[in-house]
Amino acid sequence: MKDLTVTLSGLVLDNPVIAASGTFGYGQEFRDLYDINILGSFSFKGTTLEPRFGNPTPRVAECTAGMLNAVGLQNPGIDAVVARELPALGEFFHKPVVANVSGFSVEEYAACCRRLDACPQVGIIEVNISCPNVHGGGMTFGTQPELAAEVTRAAKAATTKPVYIKLSPNITDIVPIARACQEAGADGLSLINTLLGMRIDPRTRRPVLANGMGGFSGPAIFPVALRMVYQAAQAVQIPIMGLGGVATAWDVVEMMMAGATAVQVGSENLRNPTACKDIIEDLPRVMEELGIDRLADIIGAAL
Amino acid sequence: MTGTQCFVIQANTPLARDVYDLTLAGDTAPLTAPGQFVNVALPGFYLRRPLSVCDWAPGVLRLIYKVVGRGTAALADLRPGQELDLLLPLGNGFSVPEGIKAPLLIGGGVGTPPLYGLARVLAEWGLAPTVVLGFQTGEDVFLEEDFAALGCAAFVATQDGGRGTQGLVTDLPALKSGAHDYYFTCGPQGMLRAVHGALDIPGQLSFEERMACGFGACMGCSCKTLYGSKRICKDGPVLQSGEVLWEEGAQ
Repeated sequence: MKDLTVTLSGLVLDNPVIAASGTFGYGQEFRDLYDINILGSFSFKGTTLEPRFGNPTPRVAECTAGMLNAVGLQNPGIDAVVARELPALGEFFHKPVVANVSGFSVEEYAACCRRLDACPQVGIIEVNISCPNVHGGGMTFGTQPELAAEVTRAAKAATTKPVYIKLSPNITDIVPIARACQEAGADGLSLINTLLGMRIDPRTRRPVLANGMGGFSGPAIFPVALRMVYQAAQAVQIPIMGLGGVATAWDVVEMMMAGATAVQVGSENLRNPTACKDIIEDLPRVMEELGIDRLADIIGAAL
Repeated sequence: MTGTQCFVIQANTPLARDVYDLTLAGDTAPLTAPGQFVNVALPGFYLRRPLSVCDWAPGVLRLIYKVVGRGTAALADLRPGQELDLLLPLGNGFSVPEGIKAPLLIGGGVGTPPLYGLARVLAEWGLAPTVVLGFQTGEDVFLEEDFAALGCAAFVATQDGGRGTQGLVTDLPALKSGAHDYYFTCGPQGMLRAVHGALDIPGQLSFEERMACGFGACMGCSCKTLYGSKRICKDGPVLQSGEVLWEEGAQ
């Protein structure tokens, strides 16, 4: 019997696979597709203090081995999530969820964390300081170590739940920002968010996305994500949720060897709705092939 | 239950300019309404391609698609016997309100196919609809005879006058005859808006939008409606005429 369990800040997960924010809604859409209790957990759609419609369409574009999105943090707002989405989720998902929050000011991040602090279903708060698709917030906080530290401190002061900071790859060096978050009290890190990219329609000579640019995700970014997780894992002691282009059980193993304690699966859910289930079911076979009995043993094996 | 299924290509033949008629064998039992769609995985392409269901019977699925890019061009190259991975059923589809007596169907270009399955269902219920179709040129026209074979009165408008009446669907007398009490339409957004403006009867409009997942998870295809934001893939693609907003940011 293979042991797939991993522990994030005292939270024991049945396996390291977590569906990534923005690809899994608040769980409802996957209810018809499979029993999502097989997941380690999932990170719900990036939620802000106020409801947001998001950007104009087109919001998505295809790329080689990946896609762009510029959804722009569409969400019903933190009050609706607490009052409506979490109770609805509780009817069919019986594990702690990762609550992804975003904001346009330090105060907004703190207010969202405060609101979630009393929600028993929330196991971890994932603070997204890396959304590339909104102006005046999001990624701004994730590109400057001082601002990242400020958001981290505010989030930590607002909740007793573990706070993980979700970092952007759209920077020169991941190490200073990872260290700044750790020093400011972060319980862990999630990386990477999407890489800023774009496509142009040669016929119209205009960007495909209404927003012009968007976040690039999918298997094409996996080597970049793996490298950044590896660099961050060398620089900090707090646990890391690794993500970016993960599509197979083999990718999960690589991510963990690079230093990730848990691994998030994002875009793959959108092309194969049962991707997380498929990966989880394939993990024991891959572990057998690699002679791994306890998955947690390989965390950081390549460091 | 929504899920992926393997279908086998039976036929994949040209139907009009850049338009192909694709017949697949597989389990169609999950489909519940005309106007739903499937999301087709194509080898070598990252995202699936959403295609409306033209019609279905037990074990047989008919899709009609237009080649608009590299993905649909690759689909047109596939031959009978090859397998396709489909995600279905997706979208709400059309719902026929109780008590309607004289339905009108308006199709524009490659928006026409889902109306065929609807017309077939309506005809089976003794409500064979009037069908008006708009295309750019005579070379683009398809399904006209299929609708006629169902017992529908079918009228065609082409912008170049190559077939039927020259002009737009809104120029066809059948559209404004006043003889209808409900409409169903699918086509380019400009046509939907013109039809919505030209008719003073209630109806249902099927929209198209770029999407990634097709099942409501990615929020790629959101639109604003009178009743808040909706996802074209999950809450649509069919919207009620009374909820559609045409203002900035709407579809």
